[in-house]
Amino acid sequence: MNLQFVADGLLAGSMIGLGAIGVTLTYSILRFSNFAHGDFMAWGAYATLAVVGAIGAMFGKIAPIAPLSFGWPLIVALIIGMAATGLLALALDMVLFARLRAKGQAIIVVMASFGASMALRSLLEFIFTSRPTYFSRAIQIAMPIGFGIRITPDQIALLLLTAVLVLGVHLLMTRTQTGRSMQALSQNAALARIVGIDVAKVVRVTWIIGGGLACVAGVMIGMLIQIRPFMGFEMLLPMFAAAILGGIGSVPGAVLGGLIIGLAEAGAVQLIGAEWRAAISFIILMAVLFVRPIGLFGVGER
Amino acid sequence: MSQTVLDVRGLEAGYEPGVPIVRGASITVDQGEIVVVLGPNGAGKSSLIKAIAGLVPITGGTVLLDGKDITAAPAHTMVRLGLAFVPQTENIFPLMSVEDNLKVACGILRPREIPARIEEMYAAFPDLARQRRTAAGNLSGGQRQMLAVARALIVHPTVLVLDEPSAGLSPKFVAMVFEMLAGIRKSGVTILLVEQNAKAALAIGDRAYVLVEGKDRHQGIASELWNDPVVAELYLGQRRPDLGKGGAA
Amino acid sequence: MDLLGYGAFFLTTALIFSLVTLGLNLQWGLTGLFNVGVAGFVAIGAYTSALLTTPDDAARLGGFDLPILVGWLGAMLVGGVAAAITGIATLRLRSDYLAITTFGVAVVVQLVALNAQTLTGGPFGIGFIPRPFGGLAETPLLFNLSNLAVVSVVTLIVYLALEHLSRSPWGRVLKALREDERAAISLGKSARFYRVQAFAVGGAIMGLAGALQAHFTGFIAPDNYLPALTFQVWVMLIVGGSGSNIGAVIGSILVWAIWAGSGALTSMLFSPEQQARAASLQIVAIGVMLCVILLVRPNGLFGDRPRRPRFGKRARVAPSESGS
Repeated sequence: MNLQFVADGLLAGSMIGLGAIGVTLTYSILRFSNFAHGDFMAWGAYATLAVVGAIGAMFGKIAPIAPLSFGWPLIVALIIGMAATGLLALALDMVLFARLRAKGQAIIVVMASFGASMALRSLLEFIFTSRPTYFSRAIQIAMPIGFGIRITPDQIALLLLTAVLVLGVHLLMTRTQTGRSMQALSQNAALARIVGIDVAKVVRVTWIIGGGLACVAGVMIGMLIQIRPFMGFEMLLPMFAAAILGGIGSVPGAVLGGLIIGLAEAGAVQLIGAEWRAAISFIILMAVLFVRPIGLFGVGER
Repeated sequence: MSQTVLDVRGLEAGYEPGVPIVRGASITVDQGEIVVVLGPNGAGKSSLIKAIAGLVPITGGTVLLDGKDITAAPAHTMVRLGLAFVPQTENIFPLMSVEDNLKVACGILRPREIPARIEEMYAAFPDLARQRRTAAGNLSGGQRQMLAVARALIVHPTVLVLDEPSAGLSPKFVAMVFEMLAGIRKSGVTILLVEQNAKAALAIGDRAYVLVEGKDRHQGIASELWNDPVVAELYLGQRRPDLGKGGAA
Repeated sequence: MDLLGYGAFFLTTALIFSLVTLGLNLQWGLTGLFNVGVAGFVAIGAYTSALLTTPDDAARLGGFDLPILVGWLGAMLVGGVAAAITGIATLRLRSDYLAITTFGVAVVVQLVALNAQTLTGGPFGIGFIPRPFGGLAETPLLFNLSNLAVVSVVTLIVYLALEHLSRSPWGRVLKALREDERAAISLGKSARFYRVQAFAVGGAIMGLAGALQAHFTGFIAPDNYLPALTFQVWVMLIVGGSGSNIGAVIGSILVWAIWAGSGALTSMLFSPEQQARAASLQIVAIGVMLCVILLVRPNGLFGDRPRRPRFGKRARVAPSESGS
């Protein structure tokens, strides 16, 4: 077996893991599985693409930062895209989820997220058509790094970015007042209010973090594969599986779950063929639900 | 003394519209006092103080804290207004460490003063200091109650409101909790508490109210109430007060 | 005459949708089980029946050339078993897990339909599925009417059976469980068994609907069972009002009329190369419609109950924004 699957798996796992952080936070803090989360990825990717286009129109052609395939415009665009995706998530919460949450039935919110997911994705299809598009058509040479593994500079940069973001979110969750408030809210919402936590504010932070990370994951997919309206929807099952495998509410768990699923997918692609990739997350999901439904770092239903 | 800190007038509150649980309760708590609310099961004691803390919708009456109307204030603003509440159960965050339980409650303090304030709490509750890294869910019942109280005190509240702090504790811990409350009052914090354990509560209380069917029916000096026949009647609930004079003792 | 033929065709499709919606109503409306993989269960039924009834095909497994009725029964059986397994895996957990798992089922079924060529014919699907009254195909009107008759009878039987079930003690238990997830979990195994039964019967009905559709069109392919199908059925149920069987039927006809009507409209208004884009706008509109109904009239046209959570005031459900 070729070890290349390790590199491929880590990359896929990064995309899944970044998405799964948002899923797990939404689930533990807002108490619902957000089926529209995948579409935040797609919207983030398209938003970033649009900003790259706008920067290109304003400043002309900008040389990439060697040896990467992209220059500062993509970096700036990614930051703007993250903000935009966070705002999209906030807006969706304001017009839809928050109102349904106030009515009290969590599963209705899940259903609404399913409807919103359909609408968001189809809207992208309407605006951009379903034809795939790319950040850059330049082909990067993959460098051998030993053990028969080859990796491109872009891929290394994205892995590093993922590591930094994951570390950042982890520190935010464990070392800051905001993060402690999020933990508190996920453990006991009533008590969180009693100790003075402004629930509405924490909810906003949760959406912005989830949306921002989804955008990064979307841009990763866009850079390494392609940008399509369906790109995020197809990530939904791996993301849910990763969040549940890691244990709902656990940020490190979501990332680890993402990496495990990414590696398993990449391994399966080598062994049984790419067309069965999507089944891997389902098999892992079912295995977790049967064997240990609270996941690796989970603590059970409260 | 007798500057009124908490003034509750004709409070009506309940979870569902048209089904009030608290039906016109009035109580006052003066500066530095320990006031106890007693009453039979289902009298609405717990709902009364939860309504004061902003956790049960209020449909009538007012709540004044230091003369300021806090009737409509959302629950999460209460600590800022000076009212700290300790619920009866689930009053800690079980998966967070003892220290994080304290820190998370410090939202209204200036970041600079938080470490010192936490050390003050550890000094007051040495048991907690020894377990600062322990997940709060692993503490004993008495230690949890301690943590919950420390968490409420950390923001310098004007009034500390407690819902049955002795519930579910072994006798040893019950004594410890009431001792702790007496100590807190000495430090100048005003306390309002609801208790099922009337004897222990009256022993440390200054004044007490008896709540029946959502309304305050009787009040008096705590030390006198224990032998007050009316209290016994109200507490037993079944017999009418005018028939009970001889029977109670 | 042409119009009558189209009417029959339209109604047949709408009634097949009603059948799916009735299955979903048993799962969600009566029992409160959230199925986001409807398309998967419909596809399982369609492929099962196709496999059983088509003439022998060297390129794939089967077909077994069995009678159509056997195909339908097989569809119900396999659809039901698939739903039962899904239920057993998830029903002891929070309802979201069922949603996620059913979503996964639909993904995997789609994957199998696309890739397991020897079983499903791959992307090109399965053709030559025997049609009831196939001999009448020469006269489309008669053919359509007789198909409508068959589908109507099946729908009626299922409808009556479900009405009977929902009034039976069995149905009352399901409703009681629906109202309180916590109680249902704490009741443990017996409660879970009831829910698995309901989920399996719902899955069987969806399978049957898939089989009917397959035999009505004579041809199936993976594209027929995309997530959009699940979504359509949900909108039908919500518009009709979850919990009401008659609502499920009327909602299906109504939403299918809107869908077909707006489809016809877009094909008139947009040039052929813009059709795909216009179709996506159609889905946007339906998605927005679903959300608006959930916000404004969550019980739909015929919904039977105010869905008030018994423990709404507990913090468990969802943190509501304080102050609001």
